[in-house]
Amino acid sequence: MSETNVNSELLKTPDGTPLKVALARTLRYRKRTALLLVAPLFLFVMVTFLFPIFDMLSRSVDNKIMHEIFPQTTALLGEWDESSGELPGEAVFKALVQDGQVAAQEKTINRAGKRLNYEKSGMSSLFRKTGRKLLRFDPEKLETNYTDVVLGIDRKWKDIETWQLLKRESAKYTASYYYAALDAQMTSAGLGFKDENKQIYMTLFKRTLYMSSLITFLTILLGYPIAFLLASLKTRTSNLLMILVLLPFWTSLLVRTSAWIALLQKEGVINDFLVGIGLIGDDSRLQMIHNQTGTIISMTHILLPFMILPLFSVMKTIPPSYMRAARSMGATPFTAFRRIYFPNTIAGIGAGGILVFILSIGFYITPALVGGTDGTMISNFIAYHISESLNWGLAAALGTILLLLVLALYILYDKIVGIDNMKFG
Amino acid sequence: MSLPLHAEMSERIWYYCFRIICGMIFVFLIFPILIMFPLSFNAQPYFTFTPEMLSLDPAGYSTQWYEKFFTSSTWQSAVRNSLIIAFFSTLISTFLGTLAALGLSRPEFPYKTTIMGILISPMVVPLIISAAGMFFFYSRIGLQGSYIGVILAHAALATPFVVITVTATLVGFDHSLTRAAASLGSAPTRTFFYITVPLITPGVISGALFAFITSFDEVVVVLFVGSVKQRTIPWAMFSGIREQISPTILAVASILVTFSIILLTVLELLRRRNERLRGMSAA
Repeated sequence: MSETNVNSELLKTPDGTPLKVALARTLRYRKRTALLLVAPLFLFVMVTFLFPIFDMLSRSVDNKIMHEIFPQTTALLGEWDESSGELPGEAVFKALVQDGQVAAQEKTINRAGKRLNYEKSGMSSLFRKTGRKLLRFDPEKLETNYTDVVLGIDRKWKDIETWQLLKRESAKYTASYYYAALDAQMTSAGLGFKDENKQIYMTLFKRTLYMSSLITFLTILLGYPIAFLLASLKTRTSNLLMILVLLPFWTSLLVRTSAWIALLQKEGVINDFLVGIGLIGDDSRLQMIHNQTGTIISMTHILLPFMILPLFSVMKTIPPSYMRAARSMGATPFTAFRRIYFPNTIAGIGAGGILVFILSIGFYITPALVGGTDGTMISNFIAYHISESLNWGLAAALGTILLLLVLALYILYDKIVGIDNMKFG
Repeated sequence: MSLPLHAEMSERIWYYCFRIICGMIFVFLIFPILIMFPLSFNAQPYFTFTPEMLSLDPAGYSTQWYEKFFTSSTWQSAVRNSLIIAFFSTLISTFLGTLAALGLSRPEFPYKTTIMGILISPMVVPLIISAAGMFFFYSRIGLQGSYIGVILAHAALATPFVVITVTATLVGFDHSLTRAAASLGSAPTRTFFYITVPLITPGVISGALFAFITSFDEVVVVLFVGSVKQRTIPWAMFSGIREQISPTILAVASILVTFSIILLTVLELLRRRNERLRGMSAA
């Protein structure tokens, strides 16, 4: 041993550098090459993907709008004590008139009103009206003071809650979109939750989780026998049957969704068949689409291959001798399956289950097409707030909650399967 | 799994029951896809079988929906858009993804799990969130509603598939082959093109196919990042189903299924070639 030690001290490359140094240099060089190879994609994903998402999600706390449209007012409101029970002083009213005139000319005042309307209804009309009146107002002809001018516009300005709201929304960052996403609202009395029957988003989150769990359960129920069959057949036969799993997997999502529309709709194939064999009357056709049932059936079909493939790859690794050993020691087929085979497949169920669950809570297209009203999911509402109601802050807050959920599951998936072990087909 | 000769009665019953259950699940999997083929030849604008079709009367069948598809300028431009966007995003994602996979699979690579996690994130983040993020970002830099915007967005979504597929190919890669080449005096670039490239090609091609199909099927992101000019096939199908549902959709769907059958065959052939090259199967 000591001889080798001495030798390694003396070992040198042809140009005289000690071997240790040369090796360290080579390793460093190789590490750098490896990093350089990954760098382009890393930058690409950062710039075109992660940064935009982060930027969008930051809209959920961004609240610069009031600050930008009413710069003087918001600054002065900082000194006003909202719990005093009195309206702010003349200086604030003057600032409001000045800011309001600029905003009315630049046509930004309605945006501010719209923003405050998310917190309290009636604000949008108040700001529109205020903007209209301020456009006609000439500071030269000021009769008494600015307070009277503003209070004369609308009596809502006499309401201290309006000012409390204005002050609360003067902060550059807000949590109010998150409150809204959780069906709560910040009022002067503190954080309050809406009544159970008026909740929109909590119901939606619950529904999304419920539907995703049900779909995951159904894919396990339907996928397990298929994976078991494929894993226990001869390679030749199982390869052939595998095509029946892979073909749906490779078929476009929209193709499969339209296929289900053709099958499930009222004048569709299944209803026609049931009427044809006389099981149901022509006037009592089943409503199987544009509701939750339709979404669940088609999503189960769409996600089933994602369950079968990981289950199959786990089952393939279980040696058949395990079951034979259990049988030879007197276990009934059912006991052998329950005590030996099934515990070995838990990892596969976990992997497939999380994968299906992650995919289903983010589903958009299928619920949008076949979901009707009670089959839509959280993604559909995010899309609605982005492209129709234009409440981007709320969309971002809903998106952040959804993303956190998915990330938690992703980490769980990584713990169980390891993202490096992900494979397709 | 064949039934042993000494199987008891209950085992026999269970054996056949299990097969029947499996058969029914297979029907559930494949029936919705196959049913579209006959339905797409419907002579009537319905999504179901008409009595004429059931009695196999030739008058009940027609190819009019296919004609509509091939003559409609909307559908034809959708096909062109889909192909252009999928082609370029595949090119970008395959190039970047393969490079990254080569780096990631080197044993010296530091923080592998973290970096891999970031690179795979486009596959994990719900599409609506990706779409919304890209919509705001590309609008700001003026790429919203442009081909470049959609191509870049699709390339980002497709890279994880390339990274995963090529990394999986490289797991079985025998590094002594490149060392052997080096010891015989081959320069690293020469070794790369003569030894590494031929061995990883099947993996790269299947990664590219995954990337292509990702872009070709994608609809959420293109709805947000693209404008009507970039309308792709899935987009046209999406709005078709929403607005004026006609069997043309089923004709398009049938064509797409045929397309995926071809793709599936190519992938299977590649997989076999890959196994043969690595000496993993005797055939």
